[in-house]
Amino acid sequence: MLSLIVFLPLAAALVLVALPRLGDAAARWSWVTVAALDLALVVAAWLRYETPAAGRLAFEEQAEWIPGVNSSYHLGVDGLSLPLIAMTAVIFLACAVYALRETDRPRTQAALFLFLQSVSMGLFVAADLILFFVFFDLSIVGMYFVIAGWGHNDAARSAMKFFLYTFLGSLALLVGFIGLYLAADPHTFDMVELAAQAPLAGSSLAGGLVLAAILVGLAVKTPTVPFHTWLPPAHTDAPAVGSAVLAGVLLKMGTYGFVRIGMPMLPEAWRAWAWVVIAVGIVSVVYGALVALAQTNFKRMVAYTSVNHMGYIALAVGAAGLVAGDTAEARSIAVSGAVTQMVSHGLITGALFLLAGVLQDRAGTYDMDSYGGLAGPAPRLAGLFAVGAFASLGLPGLSGFVAEFQIFTGSIAAAPVTAIALVGILVTAALFLRALQRIFAGETQGRSSGFGDLRPAEMWSVGPLLLLSLIIGVLPRPLLDVIEPAADVVVELVGR
Amino acid sequence: MAQLALWVLVLLPALVGGALALSRAERVAVAVSLGTATVTAALSVLAAIARPSVSVPFMAGADFALGVDALSALVVPAVAVVTLLVLIFSAGEITDARARFHGLMLLFASAVLVTATAETLVALLLAWEVMGATSYALIGFWWREDHRVSAGLTAFVTTRTADLGLYLAAGAALAGGAGLALGDLPDSSAGWRDVVAAGVLVAALGKAAQLPFSFWLSRAMEGPSPVSALLHSAAMVAMGGYLLLRTEPLLASTGWAAPAAAWAGAATALVLGAVAVGQRDLKQLLAASTSAQLGFVVMGAGLASVSGGAAHLVAHASTKALLFLAAGAWLTALGTKSLTGLQGVARRWRLVGWCTTVGALSLAGVAPLALWATKDAVLAAALEESLPLYLVGMAAAALSAAYAGKILVVVWRRVPGGERSGVEAHLDEEERGTRNVGTLEKAPLVVLAAGAAVLGLLALPPVGERLATALGEADVVHATAAEMAVSAVIALLVLGLMWRRPLPEPRWALEWLGVERAVEVTVVRPTLWLAERLARFDDRVLDRAVDATSRATVRVAEIAAGGDDRRVDGAVEWVSRQVRALGAVARRPQTGQLHQYYIQAVAVLAVGVLLLVTVR
Repeated sequence: MLSLIVFLPLAAALVLVALPRLGDAAARWSWVTVAALDLALVVAAWLRYETPAAGRLAFEEQAEWIPGVNSSYHLGVDGLSLPLIAMTAVIFLACAVYALRETDRPRTQAALFLFLQSVSMGLFVAADLILFFVFFDLSIVGMYFVIAGWGHNDAARSAMKFFLYTFLGSLALLVGFIGLYLAADPHTFDMVELAAQAPLAGSSLAGGLVLAAILVGLAVKTPTVPFHTWLPPAHTDAPAVGSAVLAGVLLKMGTYGFVRIGMPMLPEAWRAWAWVVIAVGIVSVVYGALVALAQTNFKRMVAYTSVNHMGYIALAVGAAGLVAGDTAEARSIAVSGAVTQMVSHGLITGALFLLAGVLQDRAGTYDMDSYGGLAGPAPRLAGLFAVGAFASLGLPGLSGFVAEFQIFTGSIAAAPVTAIALVGILVTAALFLRALQRIFAGETQGRSSGFGDLRPAEMWSVGPLLLLSLIIGVLPRPLLDVIEPAADVVVELVGR
Repeated sequence: MAQLALWVLVLLPALVGGALALSRAERVAVAVSLGTATVTAALSVLAAIARPSVSVPFMAGADFALGVDALSALVVPAVAVVTLLVLIFSAGEITDARARFHGLMLLFASAVLVTATAETLVALLLAWEVMGATSYALIGFWWREDHRVSAGLTAFVTTRTADLGLYLAAGAALAGGAGLALGDLPDSSAGWRDVVAAGVLVAALGKAAQLPFSFWLSRAMEGPSPVSALLHSAAMVAMGGYLLLRTEPLLASTGWAAPAAAWAGAATALVLGAVAVGQRDLKQLLAASTSAQLGFVVMGAGLASVSGGAAHLVAHASTKALLFLAAGAWLTALGTKSLTGLQGVARRWRLVGWCTTVGALSLAGVAPLALWATKDAVLAAALEESLPLYLVGMAAAALSAAYAGKILVVVWRRVPGGERSGVEAHLDEEERGTRNVGTLEKAPLVVLAAGAAVLGLLALPPVGERLATALGEADVVHATAAEMAVSAVIALLVLGLMWRRPLPEPRWALEWLGVERAVEVTVVRPTLWLAERLARFDDRVLDRAVDATSRATVRVAEIAAGGDDRRVDGAVEWVSRQVRALGAVARRPQTGQLHQYYIQAVAVLAVGVLLLVTVR
């Protein structure tokens, strides 16, 4: 089941590459079809999913791969990864629909995104560190070509910066993985095995160093302050669908690593360094929000709010490491909020970047002051934009609130100092409302004149993302029923 | 069945409102909206009688629970009915983008109903912030005018600042161990309970436009008048006071939060009362008066007079909605809301004028109208608690008579011929007036005026007694006949004074104490400055450091490459040169002449023998 989910897009990508004569329309629609099929498979898996026993995975698949280092082709999902593969499938489908209007090499683009989809899915279901690492690095390669090939402005330079920075981060990650391998007894790269063993327990120096390597690797990808400077240029110069995947899916690979690798495999070191993670989280939240407030370029602004939103996740997983007797429930709520935030941010920011693509497409600029009164010529864009903005600022009734409410209640209960980060939701509120006002309110002027409203492909890609955000915001149970047991397990593992 | 009614009560306006706001069904918007509001009002009465409660799991440790108890049984129908009346008025008043307007109003109404029935912090916070967001959209309803959207932004960001208190309270409630149910909050562990109470208090003061947050309400007057009538009198602002009434046991349990609330309310009632007296614009006057009147509600919560506070809240809702709608009707008809421009307006539209008069007299605290009795119920509790508090409250009550009198004097004044041009200069200054007040606008005024006249019953013996018992107040302090007589006389005296001579309009009052400016200077600008600085730091320091690192890496690589060329490769070359030289040396013996080879062989043999001999 999982192998099919992971490799179906890749197979389709190979077919697309092998058929150079394929017409553009056929290429676009086959991308949509495959993405929809993959989503259907994920939905089927979700419906059949039953929470596995603590420390185990559902839909496990294992085959021999590199027996010499005890690395196997091992896949499986639990409550941490299932919501993420579902979100990934949704984002890629939305991108496929959005790209129905793409005229620039649609066949190659479809193949590249299908490749990226396989890689992303593979990362979230991987249960072996080598496998995880391979997917982690391939995602960087795929995104490099997306930015360099379909970006605008200074795309080549931004793509290069993105590639080198995150690739360097992945090397730190590899060092950490090797450390885990060497410390395990018997040596293994198997993630289930490593989480059960918790190697390096009792050796605080080695544990700390290995965790540091892993944290740096993940922090670059997430990204958290101060490793975030690759993000704004990458987003600004990436095509809309590239930005949506980058923010929606690729950033989650970093945060997913926190809950999948850092916390369960290095519980002792995690507890020892929890305050560092919390501090990085708080700084990312406040700093990201303030820097976003000062931006005039809409895409850069959203990029910095991503730093802010990822900060909440760091904050929550850090607070979850502050093990004290009676806060287990609070810490579990914080972790559940962190995972919810990964899903929520993917949907919302994906939608916002696709909408930003509409600005670029019609008027060729993301500069907010070039617009004004855009709600007149483009009421549908204004409506979806407003929903996206309110979702991103954490308005209740939308998914961001479910995530942030859990993060804050859980974190504040476990570590009251995290209340400082509440400033973040205030500043994001101000900055999104300012952006709304600059672009949409007032007399229609500047680039707004003659602006064409959303077309069907744009409506049908952005709309469903925001609708999902609304559904999660109003009816969070189906999602939380999956996440909460897994969050409990993580909190229990980190408390060992 | 009753539970279903409660679900429909809160969900119907939300769903219909959401659909209307997104669709552009302009033609059916009004019919759909009024139908929905009517059903909602009927359901609210049903719910008030049946007292259902419902709960669904939402997050771990926090259910989404709604319920109607004695307090919400009073407030929910009031909100639903005022919503219906305001929407009827809007049917006549709002002619553009009706679907969006009615949709947002219904969404807002749903959020208020959830707020009023919420039994857990999560349900409360959810609805609480949706109220804020819809109010943003409604204040900025005429989005082509930038200043109105800015006003919405100010309102939303200011109230959200206070809302952070609720987030904090939720975390503290979780840590305090008693859970997130509103009724359980007083059982939190001691330290955390203080944090919860502080958070709730701040959030409520923000929403209720109490000091120091009042200024957002002034800006909010840029929204359409029906919006002010619903949001800024009966519903959103009132919900701030309502939250404190609902969490009164929590405030009381801390020991400090209740007196803090009482004094905050009293201070707001006094200071904003003075601000109201100094206004020159009818809507601004009404807004300041809303803050001041909500001050009495907040006071009631702080003094454990929940019945008095609730009665005042409901009576004020009817009174103030009436006055805002009247102001709106005249604004539409004459295009002005300045008091100068509205002189003598009651003589031109008699029905509106008389309704306004009932409202203003109620506001002034003239017996036997509504606010006279309800306010005195709160003041009686204040007298029980502390004399200074009572005196402040009485002074605030006198100020309400002053600003209500100011309205009456203006609208009934016979404009002398010489001043007529000065008055007419104000006409159409805000928008183009229609010179007409339609039936749809008038009808709701009459109903609300009736409410403003009789709702005082809620605080008077037979009904007031039963309300207090239903709210579980054991020994309620009722205002004595003497106290009530004194307050009625004071109201009349002040009204008389206002009739004789106008009061000054100082600048601090016109500017609402200058709090907005102060916030602008001390918070907004420094934040923006800091944001700019940090953005520059991000670009010029952090990002450049990364670039510099990569450049340094390239430089190191170049040095290494140079070293590679000169040293490593040089060494290799040197070795090869030496080998070549050796080769050249080795070539020398290869002469091709046989005798030389023999000599070489003999020499080698000799050396070999010599070696053999010496080694042995």
